[in-house]
Amino acid sequence: MPTPANAIEVAGLRKAYGAKTVLDGIDLRVPAGTIFSLLGPNGAGKTTMVNILSTLLRPDAGRIRVAGHDPATHPDDVRAAIGLTGQFSALDTFLTGAENLALMADLNHLDRREGRRRIADLLERFDLTEAAGKPATTYSGGMKRRLDLAMTLVGNPRVVFLDEPTTGLDPRSRRTMWDSIRALVADGVTIFLTTQYLEEADQLADRVALLNHGRIIAEGTPAELKRLIPGGHLRLRFAGLAELEAAARLFGTSTRDDDALTLQVPSDGGVRSLREVLERLDGASVEIAELTVHTPDLDDVFLTLTGRPDATGSPALEGASNR
Amino acid sequence: MSTTAYALRDSSTMLRRYLLRARRYPLIGFLVAIPVIMLLLFVYVFGETLGDGIAAGGGRAAYANYVTPGILLLAIASAPQLTAIGVAQDMTEGIIARFRTMAIFRPAVLTGHVLGNLVQLVVALAVVVGVAVLVGFRPNATPVEWLAAAGLLTLVSFAVTWFGVACGLTARTVESASNLPMPLILLPFLGSGFVPTDSMPSGVSWAAEYQPFTPVMETLRGLLLGTGIGDSGWLALAWSLAITVFCYIWAKRRFNREGA
Repeated sequence: MPTPANAIEVAGLRKAYGAKTVLDGIDLRVPAGTIFSLLGPNGAGKTTMVNILSTLLRPDAGRIRVAGHDPATHPDDVRAAIGLTGQFSALDTFLTGAENLALMADLNHLDRREGRRRIADLLERFDLTEAAGKPATTYSGGMKRRLDLAMTLVGNPRVVFLDEPTTGLDPRSRRTMWDSIRALVADGVTIFLTTQYLEEADQLADRVALLNHGRIIAEGTPAELKRLIPGGHLRLRFAGLAELEAAARLFGTSTRDDDALTLQVPSDGGVRSLREVLERLDGASVEIAELTVHTPDLDDVFLTLTGRPDATGSPALEGASNR
Repeated sequence: MSTTAYALRDSSTMLRRYLLRARRYPLIGFLVAIPVIMLLLFVYVFGETLGDGIAAGGGRAAYANYVTPGILLLAIASAPQLTAIGVAQDMTEGIIARFRTMAIFRPAVLTGHVLGNLVQLVVALAVVVGVAVLVGFRPNATPVEWLAAAGLLTLVSFAVTWFGVACGLTARTVESASNLPMPLILLPFLGSGFVPTDSMPSGVSWAAEYQPFTPVMETLRGLLLGTGIGDSGWLALAWSLAITVFCYIWAKRRFNREGA
């Protein structure tokens, strides 16, 4: 059957657990062969979204097509086309890396020779050949994630769901993971990625949607979204409340924290805007005790688009302005 | 390939996965150790006195014969704990989401556990019978009777394995999964496993008479030692089938629950 133009189509998707609405009318389209990133803090509904698209959960309402199939009526057709690497490692830790992959080859009904070829290939590609004979319990966090993704790929899925694939990884493992994900798209695979890191979405995704409290509050290419977001901010700390008062009067759109004696001023972090802020403070003779520059992060996105920092307590939102 | 062929292939894949794990972490030791220790304890420590109670002047030799079916059921009763732990491990880890999002014969996830545990338990029972013979168990069964006894043991093992699977699917954590099937271990004691039920106080005796393990143990005694079976045989079969069907439906419900 011909590959549909959109690997994923969702319209009017809703899901509630009792009185708690988790997804509240989601519409989105993911063209085949692209990376789509769903960005949001913990509790935004990202995992619920992935679970519904990957046939683990049923939606309360909405029309869904994954690889052209409806998960509600043809779950096995969807399953045959997708691969899922969830947030929690989906390995059999009692088995070795090679045995885990062999298990996937058997469950994907590959014939023996094809299975062996594919396993050797994936071990090589994910730099696991050396560790192939060792039990997965002995693997490091990064190796486990790599094996996890390799297992997802054994069946040659056309649509791959990655639920926070790099959460908890060290920067180097994260980069390796990103490279693997990019290589996948080069093979024509469609990727649906969730993340709490703006940088990750920026690095990988063709299109990004921001999910907050079950609604998509913005969608576009990373460049489009960055235009929506004024950028990062400067954090100014003052010696006393008087200076803070004076500075707050100088900058209209700022967030003050009286306890920490700090003021956050929106800024792209560039030299020009920095100079402007300093000059304005100088002009009013306000002394600064400390200045730090924050490049744009998820915090700023939510601050800008929702007018308030998200209060779900996600680690990515540490240091949120007026908490 | 047809659906049946996929069902068989996926189930055997899952069985292989189970056996691979079992070979690396041989839990079968646990299945053998507990009944063997109890066997030695009951035959060599309590056996002389208890044997005299079973048959006047019977002593240790009579008790070794009497207690062996009880010990076999003790081995069977301790098995669902391992099954429940294995299933709960799968269900609480990410791998179950992987299996659920693959186009496989879904029950294969469970049949792997069921068949793997069954194989393990049957091997354990054979070892326990061997040890029982070493300590004085003297069955006088014909090959047909042996076959019938083996069949019954397998059937009961199958039933309690599904019980373990259901417990593993019901428990929220691996720890509670290991506790849930524990009370089963009392059944051989609160039945005719170690002493005849008519020696118990009337209320206890009634409960002991009508619980599922008693007819199984009585049937085993009848088949292996030539005591009277009466309607125990049919009762044993009926109990085994009823438990299997009940636990199968229970397990299936839990497994197909959304978001489980």
